[in-house]
Amino acid sequence: MTHEHGDGDLGHHEDHSHVPAEPALRVQALETLLVDKRLVDPEALNAIIDTYANQVGPRNGAQVVARAWVDPGYRNWLLRDATAAIAHLGYEGRQGEHIMALENTPGVHNMVVCTLCSCYPWPVLGLPPAWYKSEAYRSRAVREPRAVLAEFGVDLSPDVEVRVWDSTAEMRYLVIPMRPAGTEGWDEAALAEVVTRDSMIGTGLPLRPDDPEDRP
Amino acid sequence: MNGIHDMGGMHGFGRIPIEEDEPVFHAEWEARVLAVTLAVGAWKRWNLDATRCAREAIPPAAYLQMSYYERWLSALTRQMLDAGLVTEDELRTGRPGGAGAGHDAAAPPDAETARAMLRRGGSTLRTIQAEPRFAAGDGVRTVNRHPAGHTRLPRYARGRNGVVVCHHGAHVLPDSNAHFRGECPQHLYAVRFTARELWGPDASAVDSVTLDLWESYLDAV
Repeated sequence: MTHEHGDGDLGHHEDHSHVPAEPALRVQALETLLVDKRLVDPEALNAIIDTYANQVGPRNGAQVVARAWVDPGYRNWLLRDATAAIAHLGYEGRQGEHIMALENTPGVHNMVVCTLCSCYPWPVLGLPPAWYKSEAYRSRAVREPRAVLAEFGVDLSPDVEVRVWDSTAEMRYLVIPMRPAGTEGWDEAALAEVVTRDSMIGTGLPLRPDDPEDRP
Repeated sequence: MNGIHDMGGMHGFGRIPIEEDEPVFHAEWEARVLAVTLAVGAWKRWNLDATRCAREAIPPAAYLQMSYYERWLSALTRQMLDAGLVTEDELRTGRPGGAGAGHDAAAPPDAETARAMLRRGGSTLRTIQAEPRFAAGDGVRTVNRHPAGHTRLPRYARGRNGVVVCHHGAHVLPDSNAHFRGECPQHLYAVRFTARELWGPDASAVDSVTLDLWESYLDAV
């Protein structure tokens, strides 16, 4: 099997006579039908899309992490009752009803996956990236997390314990990465800028301001 | 269900498809599928467990051919047909069929209601009388069962020994709720398995996988 682009010609060998219409056409037809039947309101659809395209995303989680880095009381609350501590900053709701914070330490690296579907903490990270939902990530993260991390450019010492969390229930997991060197004295807003989405899934590390390639 | 969705541990899917500066949606239609799915869900003719079950019921070969949001669209269509919200005729013609459509004519949720719904979410935490059987530190063994219906105990973690990390309280049981047999809440635990228990002697000696598992998935050891 080739994964290279430009193999579209192969597609012409397939029999398309039984292939359903393009999903774009199908969902458009379905939406029209449901609006006509008064099962959905187009303005509600626009509001849902606006929420996840523009309002809710990983900047929310970055605020949580930055607060935990500067405020030990908040950090302790977050580790004890993440759902409440996160709601305190205004982030709550669908796919984030029950959240646990997983703190990385020099000896423990946490990494989150959902092997069965695509469970992900929407209120703090938004919708999951395509790679998180991919067969490759779902199949490999539990069996060979270090090989997966290497593809993300994360190389951990063999004696660091990698803890993979498979989100099999309605608990959602937010990784609290370690605060990078070179950020001493920074305020919360500046710290939030070095917190990447992947560092809160556990497949990345925060940006390191002392590394010229990483400077935010 | 021993479906293709239960892919933890499988080989052959290649490298992780990492994208630089990935957009939230790769096409407008993906956003519409997400929105229609969440909006129709507000009629509460089914629940999230049933929705996951509908996606898992897509035959394995078709599942792997579909993109993520194509699976959503396929499962949504199936669920609406099963619930009587739409008919085959309506899907074919694209026009409301009148009688038999099964809709009670209440107004659909508007934008404000939709935003409130997303903000509220749907907690699965319940209060039950039974005391939790296990506590943090207890050794447990997962059951080796292969139900034809929905379950959240993946194959790679069946019949394995682990240790309870924490108790999450009692939560709705997907195995029952997905099939409209009631919420049947049970105590839920985070259970940690060593990488070697799951993957054998070639796995790391220090790594682990933690899963959230309901009490009926677990036996004491």
